[in-house]
Amino acid sequence: MALKFVTARCKGCGICAYFCPKKVLTVTELNKAAIAEGKENDCIECGQCEMRCPDYAIFVERGAK
Amino acid sequence: MKEALVEKYFRAGHLPHLWCPGCGNGTVLGAIVTAIDNRGIDKNDVAFISGIGCSSRSSGYVDFNTANTVHGRALPIATGLKMANPKLNVIVASGDGDCSAIGGNHLIHAARRNVDLTLIVFNNSIYGMTGGQYSPLTPVGSRATTAPYLTIEPAFDILDLARAAGATFTARATSYHVPLLTSVIEKGIAHKGFSVIEAVTACPTNFGRQNKIAAPALMMAWQRDHAVMKAKWDTMTDAEREGKFPVGVLSERNDVKEYTEAYDEIIRRAQGVSA
Ligand SMILES: Cc1ncc(C[n+]2csc(CCOP(=O)(O)OP(=O)(O)O)c2C)c(N)n1
Ligand code: SF4
Repeated sequence: MALKFVTARCKGCGICAYFCPKKVLTVTELNKAAIAEGKENDCIECGQCEMRCPDYAIFVERGAK
Repeated sequence: MKEALVEKYFRAGHLPHLWCPGCGNGTVLGAIVTAIDNRGIDKNDVAFISGIGCSSRSSGYVDFNTANTVHGRALPIATGLKMANPKLNVIVASGDGDCSAIGGNHLIHAARRNVDLTLIVFNNSIYGMTGGQYSPLTPVGSRATTAPYLTIEPAFDILDLARAAGATFTARATSYHVPLLTSVIEKGIAHKGFSVIEAVTACPTNFGRQNKIAAPALMMAWQRDHAVMKAKWDTMTDAEREGKFPVGVLSERNDVKEYTEAYDEIIRRAQGVSA
């Protein structure tokens, strides 16, 4: 798994999900970012989410797939 | 931002921060920290000084020499600090209200003196902390709690203002354009003299909600769609520029003496040491 979520910091703003070019991310009903169903292997490690997350709550662990 | 940088530069136990969901302040602060790290400056050689406002709370999260000072007065405090210890890299964080309204006079005089400070203006077009009053940088025709029938005042271009007053480096980027923002902050830190970087950012709570673009991602998409790189901007007609704004390094000059250096010369002259 290439993505690391720091759930305690996530405020569910949805910026990561909106800008993910592969639509890997979603915001759950608990208002937390998570991997969307069926997208477990779709992350291309581009870092768009990590770069813009205002809460430092999502990180791309490159090569950890 | 990278997890290793959060661990290296953020004070332990202070996250999550107090900013609202989707507030751009966290992204801008991440870019500042990344820029400092890219410059390879020891954190003990950095002073991070802020005024008052949501964005000014940034100084409380980072493990530099920090001070969350007085509304509009971050620049004079930073100037004093820089004069007492010119070797410090002094970064100033200020909101659009903080630096262009109550602190507008301090801004023009810091620029006139060309003090070697790096000012980052977190421009979210509104007074966030106090509930959405318009600032001198709020675009004309916006709704604010102090303008329920829309603002009628033209906004300052804060970089034109700073440049006219004497700032020797001006640049703009947005919380959408993180690599660009990081790079212009790095250049601003490297520049010897007064650097002003406008970071266009979003306040979903107090600007977005009142102006019907409350979704944080859509506010960022707006930044993406309205920013134009300086090189392209220079080729555009006035009609094409309508509603858009230039990003990148907008001006830099190195022919003006920096203030603490000029002051050092005065000290030497007063001590009877020839220059
Ligand atoms: C001398 C003084 N006047 C007024 C205030 C109230 N006040 C606190 S923050 C603020 C404005 C904040 O807006 P801005 O500078 O744009 O920063 P933001 O909160 O949007 O980041 C004001 C007017 C104050 N703290 N001190
Ligand atoms: S009120 Fe606006 S500027 Fe303040 S934390 Fe919330 S979104 Fe950010």
